[in-house]
This record gives sequence, C-alpha cells and structure tokens, in this order.
Amino acid sequence: MASLKDVKSKIGGVKKTSQITSAMNMVAAAKLRGAQAKMEKFRPYAAKFNQAMGNLSSGMDSGAFPLMEAREVIKVVELVVVTSDRGLCGSFNANIINTAEKLLRKYQAEGKKVSLVCIGKKSISKLRKTGLVRKQYADLMGTFQMFNARAIAQDVAENFLAGESDLVQLIYGKFHSVGIQRPDTLALLPIQPAAQASEAAVAKGDYLYEPSPEQIMEVLQPLYLNVMVYHAMLEVSAGENAARMTAMDNATKACSDMIHNLTLVYNKVRQSSITSELMDIVGGAEALKG
Amino acid sequence: MAERIQLEVVTPSGPVVSDTVDIVTAPGVDGEFGVLANHAPFLSTLKIGALTYKQGNASEILMVSGGFCEVSNNKITFLVEAAERGRDIDVERALRAKERAEKRLAAAQRQEENLSQARAEAALQRAIARLKVSQAAK
Repeated sequence: MASLKDVKSKIGGVKKTSQITSAMNMVAAAKLRGAQAKMEKFRPYAAKFNQAMGNLSSGMDSGAFPLMEAREVIKVVELVVVTSDRGLCGSFNANIINTAEKLLRKYQAEGKKVSLVCIGKKSISKLRKTGLVRKQYADLMGTFQMFNARAIAQDVAENFLAGESDLVQLIYGKFHSVGIQRPDTLALLPIQPAAQASEAAVAKGDYLYEPSPEQIMEVLQPLYLNVMVYHAMLEVSAGENAARMTAMDNATKACSDMIHNLTLVYNKVRQSSITSELMDIVGGAEALKG
Repeated sequence: MAERIQLEVVTPSGPVVSDTVDIVTAPGVDGEFGVLANHAPFLSTLKIGALTYKQGNASEILMVSGGFCEVSNNKITFLVEAAERGRDIDVERALRAKERAEKRLAAAQRQEENLSQARAEAALQRAIARLKVSQAAK
C-alpha cells in the first residue's frame, strides 16, 4: 500500500493539474467570445457578398471564366485543410484530419493525384508524413486578418489556373455551437455559381454594370475565395476554442473525481496507520502489566 | 423633404455605416460616381479612395479600399475590405505607412519583382487616400 506521504503528494499534483485545466478553460472561454464576435461581424459581409455574387453570376456563362471552369478530366485534387495551431482541444483537430485523410484515400483509390495545403500547425505536423503537402501556413490563427486569407486564396487560385490542380476542396471544422463542432467539406474551386444563385431569381437581372459584368466578375472571384478561406479560418478558431473549453472542463471534472478518490485512499491509509500505532501502544501496555 | 437612400458600408470586421442619406459619391474604377435616391440597380467595383455622403447639411467622408458597391431597391451597399471615417484616421500612422510603401516600392522596382511592386503600390495608394481623406475631414 502507498505510504501516507505518497498519496499526499499525488493529491497535490492532481490539484495543480486541475488548476491549470480550469485556467485553460477560462482562457478558452474568453477567446471563444472574441472569435464568436468576429464571426458575428463577418456574417453580414459574407451574406451580402454571396448575394451579390449570385445576382451577378445568374446571368452569365460560367464557361467564360477560368476560375469557374469545371474540368472534364480531373487529375489532381487539392485539399485545403484548416486546423488550429494548438492542441489540447479534444478530438477537434483529429476529426478534421481524419476527414481529410479519408478524402485523400478516396481520391487516391480513384487514381487521382492529391496535393495538400495545410493551414494550422496541427494539420502540418500530421499530414507532413504523407509527403503531399504543397504549401503550409502556421501561426495565422491567433492574429489572423483578411490579408492572411488573401495570400492563401491567391496561391490556391494561381495553382488552379496553372493547371496544377483541377478541383480544390476545403476541409475545416464547422462551428455549430459551443457543444458541437464537426468537420465540413466545401468545394472551393471551380467556383460554382449555382449554389448561390437561389436568391438571384428574385432580384431581376437588369443591373447597370461599371465596368462590364465580366470585368467585375474577374475582381469578385478572387475576393470570393478570400471570403471562403477567411470564413473557414474564423469557424476553425471559434470551433477550436469551444472544443478546448469542453475538453478542459472535462479534464477539470476528472481531476476533482481523482482528488475525491485519492482523498478516500489517503484517509484509509491514515486510519490504518493510526490503528497499527494503537495496536503497538496497547500491545506494549499489555506487556508491561505482565 | 427630398427622398433619401439607405447607405450601408460593410467590412469583414463589421458594418461601419448604416444610415439614410441624401447623396453618396464613391470612387468607381471608371471614375467617381454619385448616387441619389431611387437610382437604377447598379453594380460597380471600387478603387482605393474617398467615399462621401451627405445628410442635409452634414457631410461625412470615409476612406475605402478594395471592394465593390451594389445599388438596388433604393439601397446602396458597399462591400469593402477596409473603411475608415476621416476623423478616425491616424495621420501619423498613414504618413509612416506612406514612407514605408515608397521605400518598398523603390526596392521592388530595383529588383523588378512584380508581385511585391504591386503590393507596395497598393499600400502607397491606401496611405495617400488616408491622408487625403483625413485632410478633407478637417
């Protein structure tokens, strides 16, 4: 049986751990609020952007734009995987990476080549061993801005235009609620106007354009990619912190359970040592009596 | 009273302006344009520059960069990457940014790097627009 001192130091250790996990829980909660506020602010922009994009593309022939061109033969598929930079957030990153790996295997089984673009340290370190990582971006999540997303979107678009990829999928962790975050997959390129054109039917197509609609489209398409990538990054940063909050909450609970159990052990050990001491004293007294 | 138009300026970090105004002038790629109430549906991309609007006698000036605007149903929506009110512009910072951009532009031109040259040029334009707008706001 463990000695009294051992149990005591173990209880101390677990207490320290629970202090750390509960502090991390609070930090994650604060960061989640920040990320959620950012998402709230971004939403009107994204909504209006998609609406305008839908309006614009409804009256246009999508074949005229290289970024919208759906290629008949798909040889190379590019997967853009967005995860967080830090761990300790439960299965959040693992789920995203699993989804990415599943897709990777699926495409490889179909005989297609796959290249990867990793955003966030976790996906970089996990997917590096596949040897397919084309580009990686780390340390963007904490302070990310629209221009980070722009650099990524630009690179992905250039690669697509150069014919190095024929289909680009975006894999990220969607933030459904504080309790639920699920990996989600989005087709990034070629841009599919059909998905956004639903509202376009309502607004009539007789817009005045300055310059021509085609030229506007050429400006809007890269912007659209920015918006998608930035949105995915926002979702991931909110999802990461929500997942961490839950994970740390669970850890703190597990710690307090452990402390409870260890305290029981401690009491038992203490009791048994007292009993044995008592036995000694009684035994000694009996011996003196003769 | 004259009819008014609903103005919205939205950036990725949140809405900046939401108001009903008399007239809006904006920097379109093909030149500056003005929009009054009941304008026909219209879509234009924007240059880096000054967006002004008037409400009665009060007028307001903003620096906008990179985006487009849409007019429909007596509502004008600007979707831009950045928008700053003239009086909120940090002149010191804009001046520093201008100097930095000029240096970068010169360096990029020497090395003939098209990408960094384009970036430096955009940064310079933004800085100049900021300075102009903050001047006009005074």
